[in-house]
Amino acid sequence: MNPSEIDTIIERYEARESAILAILQDIQAKEKYLPKEVLEQVGQRLHIPINKIYRIATFYRAFSLTPRGRHEVCVCLGTACHVRGAQRIVYQIGIELGIRQGETTKDRNFTLETVNCLGVCASGPILAVDGEYFGNMSPIKVEGVLKKFQPDPSDQKEASNGKD
Amino acid sequence: MERINSPQTLEEFRQAVISKRDPNQAVITICTGTGCHASGCHQVVAAFKKVLSEHPEGKRVNLRMTGCHGFCEKGPLVVLHPKKILYQKVKPENAQEIFEETVLKGEIIDSLLYAHPTTGEKIVHEDEVPFYKKQMRIIFGNNGSIDPASIEDYIAVGGYRALPKALLSMTPEAIIKEVKEANLRGRGGGGFPAGVKWESCRKAHGDTKHVICNADEGDPGAYMDRSLLEGNPHSVLEGMIIGAFAIGSHEGYVYVRNEYPLAVINIGIAIQQAKDLGLLGKNILGSGFDFDVKISRGGGAFVCGESSALVASVAGDVGEPRAKHIHLVESGLWDRPTNLNNVETWANVPVIILNGAKWYAGIGTEGSKGTKIFSLVGKVNNTGLVEVPMGITLREIVYEIGGGIPGGKKFKAVQTGGPSGGCIPESLIDLTVDFDRLTEAGSMMGSGGMIVMDESTCMVDVAKYFMNFLKDESCGKCTSCREGTKRMHEILTDISEGKGTIDQIDLLGELGWATAEASLCQLGGTASNPVLSTLRYFRKEYEDHILNKRCLAKVCRSLLTYRILSEACKMCGACAKACSADAIIGKKKSKKVEGIPYKIDAEKCIKCGMCFESCKFGAVEVQ
Amino acid sequence: MIPFVIDGQPVEGKEESNLLQVALDAGIEIPNLCYNESVKPYGACRLCLVEVVRNKRSRLTASCTYPVQPGIEVHTRTDKVLRARRMMMELLLAMCPGDQRLQEMAKEMGVKEVRFKKGDKDCILCGLCARVCDEVVGAHAIQFYSRGDRREMGAPFAGEAMNCIACGACVIVCPVNVIGMEEKADERTITRWKRTLKMKQCKVCGNTFAPWFQVENFREKANLPKDFFDVCYTCRS
Repeated sequence: MNPSEIDTIIERYEARESAILAILQDIQAKEKYLPKEVLEQVGQRLHIPINKIYRIATFYRAFSLTPRGRHEVCVCLGTACHVRGAQRIVYQIGIELGIRQGETTKDRNFTLETVNCLGVCASGPILAVDGEYFGNMSPIKVEGVLKKFQPDPSDQKEASNGKD
Repeated sequence: MERINSPQTLEEFRQAVISKRDPNQAVITICTGTGCHASGCHQVVAAFKKVLSEHPEGKRVNLRMTGCHGFCEKGPLVVLHPKKILYQKVKPENAQEIFEETVLKGEIIDSLLYAHPTTGEKIVHEDEVPFYKKQMRIIFGNNGSIDPASIEDYIAVGGYRALPKALLSMTPEAIIKEVKEANLRGRGGGGFPAGVKWESCRKAHGDTKHVICNADEGDPGAYMDRSLLEGNPHSVLEGMIIGAFAIGSHEGYVYVRNEYPLAVINIGIAIQQAKDLGLLGKNILGSGFDFDVKISRGGGAFVCGESSALVASVAGDVGEPRAKHIHLVESGLWDRPTNLNNVETWANVPVIILNGAKWYAGIGTEGSKGTKIFSLVGKVNNTGLVEVPMGITLREIVYEIGGGIPGGKKFKAVQTGGPSGGCIPESLIDLTVDFDRLTEAGSMMGSGGMIVMDESTCMVDVAKYFMNFLKDESCGKCTSCREGTKRMHEILTDISEGKGTIDQIDLLGELGWATAEASLCQLGGTASNPVLSTLRYFRKEYEDHILNKRCLAKVCRSLLTYRILSEACKMCGACAKACSADAIIGKKKSKKVEGIPYKIDAEKCIKCGMCFESCKFGAVEVQ
Repeated sequence: MIPFVIDGQPVEGKEESNLLQVALDAGIEIPNLCYNESVKPYGACRLCLVEVVRNKRSRLTASCTYPVQPGIEVHTRTDKVLRARRMMMELLLAMCPGDQRLQEMAKEMGVKEVRFKKGDKDCILCGLCARVCDEVVGAHAIQFYSRGDRREMGAPFAGEAMNCIACGACVIVCPVNVIGMEEKADERTITRWKRTLKMKQCKVCGNTFAPWFQVENFREKANLPKDFFDVCYTCRS
């Protein structure tokens, strides 16, 4: 991210110190994570010490300090989905992709996240991949859904590495 | 749109909007709430758009995308006005038929009608569907008729009528008096009388005051605020402007969860439209009152729903609560007097101002007036959002509105109040829904999540689930909450894995008590409710897990054994293929090969349950 | 001055002071770990719990963050208070079983057993180090990060604390003494924050007296002659 891009985002909020959350969210949306150098620059521009920025970046779940995968696999763990067996979906994805919540596959294709309620309780359990919702999920349907987002067969070698 | 500068001009505008609308015109409303989004409502919308554009009569029909109707179980939902014919589970391929048969000819399509779960009777009109019949939708009702991105729709159904009344025919003190007499209690979970809060804020020292709308709906399983903010944002905005006027505030914030992007967009549109029309900003309706609203997004932290943490987050810091011996109404956002209310609370304000406190107080019970929107979810037939008068019983909600438990299973408990609440067992199903009654039973109203559970729900697992949530969401500042939730979760995990000891039940009780008493904020303060309430009503389940290492609900994985019944095995091989641990051996039967019944190697089995899911012949037994 | 009662004893507190301070000044002992007069009260450890009766309602609360009010009744040793404090201590001990200070306090409080799985941490997350660094010293070198049971104290990006001036204030203020400071030759190390800085030599006597970084930091901020900091305190006087 170059300095002018950072400036654009900061100016969007009139360089207000209280807008730090919104600024970080815009950076996260653009870069898919918060690079260390960008955080340092933001701190300098807004006159916020880096220890506070790091604290904010690690407190809120919206932020990631490491690059996220190409596809965000999100399992809803709201109570309604939980009661319908959502935890088993997480477990099954763990078996399929070899990652736990918050982790990214080695081939950087998938990041597994859980969320505390997507508000789609009628069709639970819900699996959301890049914002696309798959309702009435069961562990047996997991493989089929994930297949849709696997890289091309030409990158097969990459994909099989990710399963380690 | 030109700026409206007086109540008279607003009325003229309203009449002009209404006069342009033919009450007999065919309007197709399609629910585009998030629930229906997941069921594919956008494809349905696209299909209708295509049909209407291709047919010569299509021009005369109005297609309106609305917010959440509430009947989420049966989405995608299409309601045809003016007759209010309800079609449920509509697919894109139905669009043509609906237009040609029902809209043009008035013929009803039977297969798309709602059928009564027991009698099988088909119901044509939305108002007669049992799900809607018992509800009292004074707040949520308009969600089905308006396009949230249209301020004109809101005005056409009577929106922004309370605003001129409040700003120009009432004094701030009179408004506060009205809200106090209506006894509007906070709908976010605290249940604190809004009028009293407004009064304290008005009296507080300071020229600059803030009003905040708490849209950080974090209870898992609750999505009422989301649907209100997405589907009828102006109703919330109108309430905020009236409240700000009563308190003497000119700067408001709507703090919306990061996980609700559509709500952020729709409230943003509403704010801009209100500003353009002059209903927000400087000199509103010529009253001399200035008020502006900004949006502040959350960062993914449940604790930011706590008022002092929310205020810290708006100010650009971590959401760490502070001791509230000095209340927010005295010193809140940037140390200024701040009045914070929930989305639903704000939406109740225009209704109270318009119809009067007396009318409002006529609904509900002695201590809980008005209605409440609940998200009725879990093991219930009619999952969705329901608005009912306070004082209705849980039985009526679960059975008459909810349609009972699916699959003929037995009702076990209903969880209210989210992670701060508790489970209410079958024996109390006739409990009236009321702030105080729910608290007495060991639960609380909370924000309105109502999770129905049946015999296949393990209560130890439910307590563990909530404790896992709380320990993750705790800000971590105080020992009691951070360590208390962690240790309660640890003990519950041990119990669910068959490693618990009987003295741990008392330890849970003591730890729960200490966490509640010693914690700094209400996250820790109510964290032990799920544990203590399930212990209170379902102690036997805990004991069964500990003493017999048994989970009768068949949920706690470590306590289950999977077995294939060789007599029932059809040797299709599906289980072995699905097995995640290569733990199933046998031979697939075919024309040439004899086949050997499949068997699970208990040592290798990781109890993922895939074999059970994949067997079409019910040959897998779970114990 | 605001009059109220602690354990039946009439006391007085300045406006905006807190219960804990007034109690300690009056010779009444209340256990505490995250409280220090030099910084704003925080309310993290929850050991200083007391029962406060106000307007006929009683509640358990942390005394360090409760502002003095006229006419309140404070009870520092009721059964309820002692029971809650003991559980807090037990939780802290389970978290940091090796801490000597905790063990001593636990003994005094009558906490005999720890009924939870013992962890292996040493930091009790009281925040005093960061609070002193932010509020008093102004170096902003360390802070809490993450949340819930993953909460920790440290430098940004979990590396060396690049803004640390090795003044040693955090080392002194830590109630469980887990930060550590070492001086070898002309270098000072703040162990926990992995920060080693060269000490500045006095132009006159040749002894090292303060870390370079700290001196330069102060030289920038202070309104004193530029060569003020080239001489150590002893030689200056």
